[in-house]
Amino acid sequence: MHSTFPVIALLVLLPTVGAVVVGLLPKSRRELVLPIATALSTLPLAVALYILWEFSATDGAAFQFTESVSWYEPWGIGWNVGIDGISLLLITLTAILFPLSILASTSVVKDVKLFMVSMLLLETGLLGVFVSLDLLLFFVFFEMTLVPMYLLIGIWGSENRVYAAIKFFLYTALGSALLLTGIVALAVMYGNETGTISFAFQDLLGLELSANAQLWLFLGFGAAFAIKVPLFPFHTWLPDAHTEAPTAGSVILAGVLLKLGTYGFVRFNLTLFPEATVRLAPWLAGLAVVGIIYGAAVAIVQPDVKRLVAYSSVSHLGFIVLGTFALTSQGLQGGVIQMVNHGLTTGALFLLVGMIYERRHTRQISDYGGLAGVMPLFAGVFLFMAFASIGLPGLNGFIGEFKILLGSYLAFPVMAILAASGVVLAAIYLLWAYERMFTGPVTNAANAGLKDLNARELTILVPIALLVVLLGIYPKPALDRIEPAVENIIERIEEATGHESPEFGRIDDLPAATGENSP
Amino acid sequence: MIPLLAQASTDGLTVEPHWYMALAAVLFAIGAAGLLLRRNALVMFMSIELMLNAVNLTFVAVDSGLGSLEGQISVLFVMVVAAAEVTVGLAIIVAVFRKRATASVDELAGMRG
Amino acid sequence: MDFLIFLIVALPLAGFLELLFFGKRIGEPGAGYVASATVGISFVLALIAGFDFLQGGEHGRTVELFAWIPSLGLNATFLWDPLSAMMTLVVTGVGALIHIYSIGYMHGDPGFGRFFTYMNLFITSMLLLVLGANFGILFVGWELVGLSSYLLISFWFEKPSAAAAGKKAFVVNRIGDFGFLIALMLIFNSFGSLDYGSVFEGAEATLTAGTATAIALLLLVGAAGKSAQLPLYVWLPDAMEGPTPVSALIHAATMVTAGVYMVARTGALFELSSVAGAVVTTVGALTAFYAATIAIGQRDIKRVLAYSTISQLGYMFMGVGALALVGGVFHLVTHAFFKALLFLGAGSVIHAMAGEQDMGKMGGLRKKVPVTFATMVIAWIAISGIPPFAGFWSKDEILASVFNRGGGYIVLWAVGIVTAGLTAFYMSRMMFLTFWGEPRWDDGVVPHESPRSMTVPLLALAGLSAVGGLINTPWRPALEHFLEPSFELVDQTHLPEAGVQVALAAVSIAAGVIGLLVAYRRYVSRATQLEEGGRWDTLLAGYHVDDLYGRTIVAPGKAAADVMAFTADAKLVDGAVNGMGGLVNWAGRILSKLQTGMVRSYGLGILGGVVGVVVWLLVAGGGF
Repeated sequence: MHSTFPVIALLVLLPTVGAVVVGLLPKSRRELVLPIATALSTLPLAVALYILWEFSATDGAAFQFTESVSWYEPWGIGWNVGIDGISLLLITLTAILFPLSILASTSVVKDVKLFMVSMLLLETGLLGVFVSLDLLLFFVFFEMTLVPMYLLIGIWGSENRVYAAIKFFLYTALGSALLLTGIVALAVMYGNETGTISFAFQDLLGLELSANAQLWLFLGFGAAFAIKVPLFPFHTWLPDAHTEAPTAGSVILAGVLLKLGTYGFVRFNLTLFPEATVRLAPWLAGLAVVGIIYGAAVAIVQPDVKRLVAYSSVSHLGFIVLGTFALTSQGLQGGVIQMVNHGLTTGALFLLVGMIYERRHTRQISDYGGLAGVMPLFAGVFLFMAFASIGLPGLNGFIGEFKILLGSYLAFPVMAILAASGVVLAAIYLLWAYERMFTGPVTNAANAGLKDLNARELTILVPIALLVVLLGIYPKPALDRIEPAVENIIERIEEATGHESPEFGRIDDLPAATGENSP
Repeated sequence: MIPLLAQASTDGLTVEPHWYMALAAVLFAIGAAGLLLRRNALVMFMSIELMLNAVNLTFVAVDSGLGSLEGQISVLFVMVVAAAEVTVGLAIIVAVFRKRATASVDELAGMRG
Repeated sequence: MDFLIFLIVALPLAGFLELLFFGKRIGEPGAGYVASATVGISFVLALIAGFDFLQGGEHGRTVELFAWIPSLGLNATFLWDPLSAMMTLVVTGVGALIHIYSIGYMHGDPGFGRFFTYMNLFITSMLLLVLGANFGILFVGWELVGLSSYLLISFWFEKPSAAAAGKKAFVVNRIGDFGFLIALMLIFNSFGSLDYGSVFEGAEATLTAGTATAIALLLLVGAAGKSAQLPLYVWLPDAMEGPTPVSALIHAATMVTAGVYMVARTGALFELSSVAGAVVTTVGALTAFYAATIAIGQRDIKRVLAYSTISQLGYMFMGVGALALVGGVFHLVTHAFFKALLFLGAGSVIHAMAGEQDMGKMGGLRKKVPVTFATMVIAWIAISGIPPFAGFWSKDEILASVFNRGGGYIVLWAVGIVTAGLTAFYMSRMMFLTFWGEPRWDDGVVPHESPRSMTVPLLALAGLSAVGGLINTPWRPALEHFLEPSFELVDQTHLPEAGVQVALAAVSIAAGVIGLLVAYRRYVSRATQLEEGGRWDTLLAGYHVDDLYGRTIVAPGKAAADVMAFTADAKLVDGAVNGMGGLVNWAGRILSKLQTGMVRSYGLGILGGVVGVVVWLLVAGGGF
């Protein structure tokens, strides 16, 4: 909308160009691979920052920077891309996390080039997903993330990597199959209605679907997204994949890849199948709440710190889904901002776990103890990120959780109350883990000589920490950009279904447990 | 099918379309029998070619009867594919023969489950 | 003026940031000076900014800094009214004194800079808590004081017990916050805003009695967590693992009173629910009595004070619960003076005894630490409710107001009176065991008076404990006038007639004196040593409530989590997933038998298939 220059195409393709460049580096100069890959991965960040700067907040509901190049006219397939307030934040998150996680990959020794190529291709896939306004294009990018991540886990993972990689691949591919079926069915239905098949998101928005068709299509799309999120009980690939993946893989997996699921729900399920959304919302919110409590409870007793963080993701993503399916403006806004927040804090926690793993080569909590005395800086940053994850007000995690809780209370009071208990559980699992790893005397001699964070590691962590504080204290710029897009979605649901998004001020809707409503 | 038969001329000298069909059926049967009964990969390959050509024959015959072109186009496709198949197939057979000194398919059962 | 109020918070924050990044470089004692100076200047600024309120009638102002979460009606806004001004003065005033004290107390500790970093973080957070103009900022402060408390309790993190105590404090507080959060959801649901102004002014018109009760009780859950009331008090005794100035500042004078502040601030909501008010008062009375009984049996000087704090907080809850908001807040102020003094005095004693906290190894310290002793005596008399010292006025105002509510409240008043007697007894026991009698010191301990930086704050607090009660006497209720604008929405409980007041005061003084005398007879005249065995052990262990919670909540909770993680998740949920994979594997192995490797058998299969299809077409299609 600002210029005709295809800035999104540039954003999405830059990492691929980077992958080619890295691939062409001479074999003998392997020490160059990491710095060059890091430098290359900052280019998309620069473009993302340009987009962030140029994005018009007042027009947050509309897709901006749209590009439309037809590829196969009869089926309406093409390069249809655009960015609204929701995708804006997610591409920024993606573009920030990649350089940091590449920079964190110094311990990769095997096939460094292939590793970096995988990372950069993965970035193209992820960025593509967030900008696609064509369902087939979306699917292509959605699948494109699968292979590099499979390689990352399967080649550079730890002991159980092959099992985890195959499980990850098969599980998510199963969802993808259903997604593709749904996409094709939707396009064909559009063809039946109008005479021309179309995969374009904007076209499909105009399609009137029967309640039954909506239900089945919702389930098809939803299966893929629910596995990706992952929603309880489809989550078991996650702890394995997160735990076995190399640090960069875990960071991207938790930070960005899981958001494909929640983003898909928000972008497609809510808008394309509003009636089914309203009908199924209580069920999905219910699963989300189960996930919140279950993930947190399971996290408490994990002996492996990386697995603990992985299960905490299940709990946190439950919050996002709950907020999304509350179908209130507050809840959905909270869900979207929480996608970014979780990406930052959990990404940082995985980075930290990776850094300590590089030093000690163990993930068992019981192998540590008293680290705060040995590596005070590391302990401080860990505690900081833990509190951000716990949802301490003033840091970013709180904003999303608070909005989600307030927003979902309007729709599902009992579920919101149950979800709030996740806040208590989060404090238990993270602080207990911190207590066991960092406090007390140093019991294991192997921990006594550990080095504190070095300059490179600080370079990785400081930007995240700054964003954590910034989004916690002054989230307004982010919220301003999300709000119009979210309102747009809620309005669409209300118009399409007559469902009234609950607003505040409904005092008669108290749960029965809280007492009589006599004046 | 019905118009095709109805068109059959009473002129005894004309080669009627259903003769072609019959020939094609015979060729196909020979091919199928050859494929099932012979063990030599090369011969089996020839049998397949025979079957393909039997089908081609029916295409052309029916097309001329109907006066349409679609079948003939299909025939061109089949021929191209068959040519490609021969290239690859023969190459494989030759490669296998060099390695195993046999072209008997019964001895090449390495991929059984 | 607005800038002044901003500075009150910004200074400690700046101090925190400076110490966070340069604390190590600044080192000892510079870090202490920076921290004390920022808090001290904040105190002076608060004095200047609060001057207007002395005239009375001034409503104060809101200071809007920036938009935080606008769609929730949450902005970074400060409310500068008499109540927040008074709280700010207490926090910065007592805070500055304790900071100065800490310079001496923490001398030589390797974590000197870190200590003051956390302390300034605490002051900043506490100021946010009391200055916030909406529930959002209140909650920010609420959680951040929890964080500072966590950091300071586990300050000596090499000690496993300290680390565990910090975690316990945070987690138990979070349980309270769970209630608080739900209350916020209800409030937002009812008002569509979390701003004090719109909530309190709209409360009467908007809320039904049921909702008001629900909100008030849920707020109470939050307050009970932070202010260590039944049944969430268990973290506070353990919190004594932290350095003593921390106990004085956070776990006596300021943070733990946040719950009282919150109830007072939201008085307009509590007013709408007589049930909630009664529950708050009852919880307060029971906690006051219960904690006082445990305090009797403690050996550790700091744990006596910890249980005493819980008990005194109970009094404050009685006050605010009975809608004697001024009384509750008044006791908050005087308690901040004398309890901070007691803790700092105890710290001075511990310092003198080279770290010994067991009263069984003290005794006869009067002459050795005269300043500490003299100042602690004042605090002791103040807390025992002997006029004209501070504690008497505030405690009596609460008890008289509770009595004046009539009905069941009279029972609660009686509980308060009994507790007053117990308070005098356990405080006297502590004083006698510490300062009277024969020395029972360990070998090599040479008690010595603390340095000037520690005794000066003691003296200042002693002065405040002595005369602080005079700010609100029945004949000259200055504090009441001062706070009036903040509480004008609330129809407060008033004091009974003068005659009744005098009678009630006589009863409570009598209770205090009896407590003192009984203790004197027992510990001085008969020189009873520290008791052991039997019921005393039960008291010492706090009725074994920690064990009880451990057995009934923590252990089953962990067992449930174990079942979820290692049975449900690993076997059931993941088992189903892997089972699916296994099924496919198995089917593949069965079906792969069909692949014989015999090309001709495949051909036969194809031929059979073709024949089958043709036959089916002929039969189904009716044939040629």
